[in-house]
Amino acid sequence: MNATKTLLAAAAALVTAGAALAEPVKVGMITTLSGGGASLGLDTRDGFMLAVKQANNPDLEVVIEDDQRKPDIAVQLADKMIQSDKVDVLTGIVWSNLAMAVVPAATAQGKFYLSTNAAPSALAGKGCNPNYFSVSYQNDNLHEAAGAYAATAGITKAFIMAPNYPAGKDSLTGFKRFYEGEVVGEVYTKLGQTDYAGEIAQIRASGADGVFIFLPGGMGISFVKQYADSGVGLPLIGPAFSFDQSIIQAMGDSALGVLNGANWSPDLDNAANATFVETFSAEYGRLPSVYASYGYDTANLLLSAMAKASVADADAFRAALKEADFDSVRGKFAFGPSNHPVQDLYVREVVRDGDILTNRIVGTAMEDRGNAYEGECKM
Amino acid sequence: MSAMLLIEQALNGLQYGVMLFLMAAGLTLVFGVMGLINLAHGSLYMVGAFACAGVAAATGSFWLGLAASLAAAAAAGAIVELTVIRRLYARDHLDQVLATFALILVFSEGTRWLFGSFPLYLDIPAALAGPITLPGGIEYPLYRLVLIGIGLAVAAGLFWLIGATRLGVRIRAGEADREMIAALGVDISRLYTIVFALGAALAGLAGALVGALQSVQVGMGEPVLILAFVVIVIGGIGSIKGALVGAILVGLTDTLGRFLLPAAFGTFLPPSEATSIGAALASMLIYILMAAILVIRPGGLYGRV
Repeated sequence: MNATKTLLAAAAALVTAGAALAEPVKVGMITTLSGGGASLGLDTRDGFMLAVKQANNPDLEVVIEDDQRKPDIAVQLADKMIQSDKVDVLTGIVWSNLAMAVVPAATAQGKFYLSTNAAPSALAGKGCNPNYFSVSYQNDNLHEAAGAYAATAGITKAFIMAPNYPAGKDSLTGFKRFYEGEVVGEVYTKLGQTDYAGEIAQIRASGADGVFIFLPGGMGISFVKQYADSGVGLPLIGPAFSFDQSIIQAMGDSALGVLNGANWSPDLDNAANATFVETFSAEYGRLPSVYASYGYDTANLLLSAMAKASVADADAFRAALKEADFDSVRGKFAFGPSNHPVQDLYVREVVRDGDILTNRIVGTAMEDRGNAYEGECKM
Repeated sequence: MSAMLLIEQALNGLQYGVMLFLMAAGLTLVFGVMGLINLAHGSLYMVGAFACAGVAAATGSFWLGLAASLAAAAAAGAIVELTVIRRLYARDHLDQVLATFALILVFSEGTRWLFGSFPLYLDIPAALAGPITLPGGIEYPLYRLVLIGIGLAVAAGLFWLIGATRLGVRIRAGEADREMIAALGVDISRLYTIVFALGAALAGLAGALVGALQSVQVGMGEPVLILAFVVIVIGGIGSIKGALVGAILVGLTDTLGRFLLPAAFGTFLPPSEATSIGAALASMLIYILMAAILVIRPGGLYGRV
């Protein structure tokens, strides 16, 4: 509780200090609030708005719209926000294909884009932009964490699997980048597939001693339940997307013991995180997910920049963002040259805590990991 | 690749097929008897899964959940038939597609409103959890074997219902000539409601049974609906026998294709290209099968041309 008060006081002090410089900042949040992927967008929004509420800064105004997970709608919303709402900053997109449709056009018009999740390789390398900041990660990071840790977890012959679409291919590439063992099976499944009996039979026959999967959303729920029931019983590892707070409840005990690469966890030991987890749970009645943590960090980054520079002065505001002078719930946080975070990556394990399932950190996979496409970014 | 793996994959294909049959049976009955294209059939599948998950969570019993799923889907089907579908029989197919598409949106957002955006938890009943060893040393999940059994039992029950009962006679008569059986004094609108509720109950049963294996979430019915349409087109619209054969054909083709094609490409391509191309082709395979069957038999396997 004391930590909460200290942080609130600190936030209030920041606000007061910044008041002299303050130029109102208008933020447009485009995220997924309906349809199949709505839980991710809801967490992003709730995390972001929690930080906004805590800062209580009258100079910050947020417009929120639902993209329905459709790129065309995301583009229309971005146009509307830029032209009629006159926003200065855009944020909130969950999916990489939507980010690709919105981000390049928005940054070309001189707007800032702060990513709360999606950070595709195309925007991390050749397509990087000084006005584009990824607060979450670069898309490959969590897969790299799983790959780097797999050998430590005793997985020397891995069976790896992802859906057959660009992010799925990036995922397996990311896993293999730092994986030291042997890959004994590599399978691409249909996007949206719900039955994995065929793949599980292949895993059983492959001679693997561990399985890496990237199956976001409902696909992961289906796979993990079927995998647990099949009795194959080999260790399972994946990125946090497949085993996050909102998803593991639907997997039930099938998910216990599953390892997942992440850059944040509810038990990460720092004051900002303790405050975040406590206030988020109190406000919304559920534990936060990684998406909520990215939303929360993004809002706090924005508030820290507002305290240092006026958004009217784009160069100064950009420099203020780049300093990343805020208390991240991840503890350590800095931007690399391409505006992607340089951060520690962890491996978490799904555990039962009373009635609910959650994640606990079991080890550090990589320290100060940045963006694999750094070299291609010229800016 | 061993014979055992092949047998296990064939069982997987069969299990997938019989679950598709439960969906396709209702769809083909409704289309055959009433001439109605019902896009909202997938929503009834979702209703079954949510009813089962909700009741199982409240009571702790999967079997009560299963009973609830049948009741909820049949009730939802009957209500929808009485309020909306009934007005569509005389309209053309485009109107039916539009109206039933609207029903999908109503069901999806209604379910979200009731249950929230987060996927629900529904697990396999403890008595059926885990694998058993089949003759020949194949380890196979017991629950999937039970699904095959239930699916085949329902198929047998449907054949008996259509072939040997008074209701079945009326259904067949309704398919052949609906004006004539109305003229003979059969209450055609009541028959339609019963057939629609029966189809809905089968979809709800499939949703609940499959829901224990997968994620119970809003929108779960639509991917299955597309496959169910493929099944009834392959089998011949209106034919229960066609739906059964078509469903098992689609289940086996899809499962074996996903497994054999990447392996086949692997014999002459590097592994990562082989898996990628194989997976892409495997996902097209059932549509290729459908096209091939339509070329040979334009009415489907058991359909009237």
